[in-house]
Amino acid sequence: MSTLFNYILKIGDDSLILGHRLSEWCGHGPILEEDIAMTNIALDLVGQATTLLNYAGEMEGKGRDADALAFLRFDREYRNLLLVEQPNGDFGMTMMRQFLFDAYRLPLLERLQKSSDVSLAAIAEKSLKETKYHLKHSSEWVIRLGDGTEESHRRVQDALDTLWRYTDELFQEDDAEKELVVSGVIPPMSEIREAWNANVNRVLEEATLTIPTNNWKHSGGRKGMHSEHLGYILAELQYMQRAYPNMEW
Amino acid sequence: MVTKDQIWLWLEEVSDPEIPVLTIVDLGVVRHVELHGDLCEIKITPTYSGCPAMKTIEDDIVSKLTEKGIETVKVDLVLSPAWTTDWISEKGRSKLLEYGIAPPVDEVDKSVLFAEPPKVGCPRCGSHNTRMVSLFGSTACKAQYQCNECLEPFDYFKCLK
Ligand SMILES: [Zn+2]
Repeated sequence: MSTLFNYILKIGDDSLILGHRLSEWCGHGPILEEDIAMTNIALDLVGQATTLLNYAGEMEGKGRDADALAFLRFDREYRNLLLVEQPNGDFGMTMMRQFLFDAYRLPLLERLQKSSDVSLAAIAEKSLKETKYHLKHSSEWVIRLGDGTEESHRRVQDALDTLWRYTDELFQEDDAEKELVVSGVIPPMSEIREAWNANVNRVLEEATLTIPTNNWKHSGGRKGMHSEHLGYILAELQYMQRAYPNMEW
Repeated sequence: MVTKDQIWLWLEEVSDPEIPVLTIVDLGVVRHVELHGDLCEIKITPTYSGCPAMKTIEDDIVSKLTEKGIETVKVDLVLSPAWTTDWISEKGRSKLLEYGIAPPVDEVDKSVLFAEPPKVGCPRCGSHNTRMVSLFGSTACKAQYQCNECLEPFDYFKCLK
């Protein structure tokens, strides 16, 4: 079933690329606790990606598993959001990116738990418990930094200004997905947007941050049209399998 | 003739690779045991999606049961119903406490945003005057706490529901 394959690829790629981005902080966190937190969240996301991509491979029925999908696709075949591939920047940028993503992912997983596709529902049920901790962590940092010092406020406001343009893509759905909505496999994105808006407004207000008024929105990741950053991520992520095909360790 | 109960007892000899004081039965990751003649089928569930211990647990189950004379052991991973800390046995909870890890408490504040961290007892002195240092700890399932009375830092096995 190629429609479902395509959809699972999208949310699986989101987990994989964001998990990889967070893993780049390993050994570089501003404090030990945050180094540990970011790598723990990375581990959850890579775990979720493994489950999702394995299931996508099953749907596809061509014998590809999570490893084949992660290590042997080109950038144009990746379907992740532009948001998750944006560079880590400073800690404020990383936490803002995480918050904008978590606030979307949590309501999505809540609804996917009730998907008419039982395997997808099971994956969502499992992942949701982890994502609750991720959102708790990222939202608390956004508030602490936004409502913190002049310097932390400025930095996290800059992060919001930079990343806001990538948030519209979270809620885009194509015609194939509209069919999945009708058959009860996935929820309508309008519902997710509503939940996202409520949480994001509440946290940003608490953080004394201002939502950018610039309405220009950037998208393309869902169609395989990525920013220049994804190529570098894949070069690192895929190096071993490209250099030594079929190697295992 | 080997019985299912016997298999469960043998599985209690397999410890969790990350918290060796607990067996995989204490932890609640073994969901199902089935016997068909020489074939033993076991279903396990991960604590966290990215839990790196699952492969080790699977291998440990196979080698334990093979050692006990079971000819064919098949281990399957199931995701639903998703693992929760409620499945840690009473025995498991007291073993954690003895080991210096505070077992999961029933969290009163269930909201994700703006929730208060749970009140956790110090495994060393028992005081509830403790504070959360970080929501994330040495493994995916733990948070870092510190006791305000005896000042001891400790791990808290955080609630997953
Ligand atoms: Zn104490």
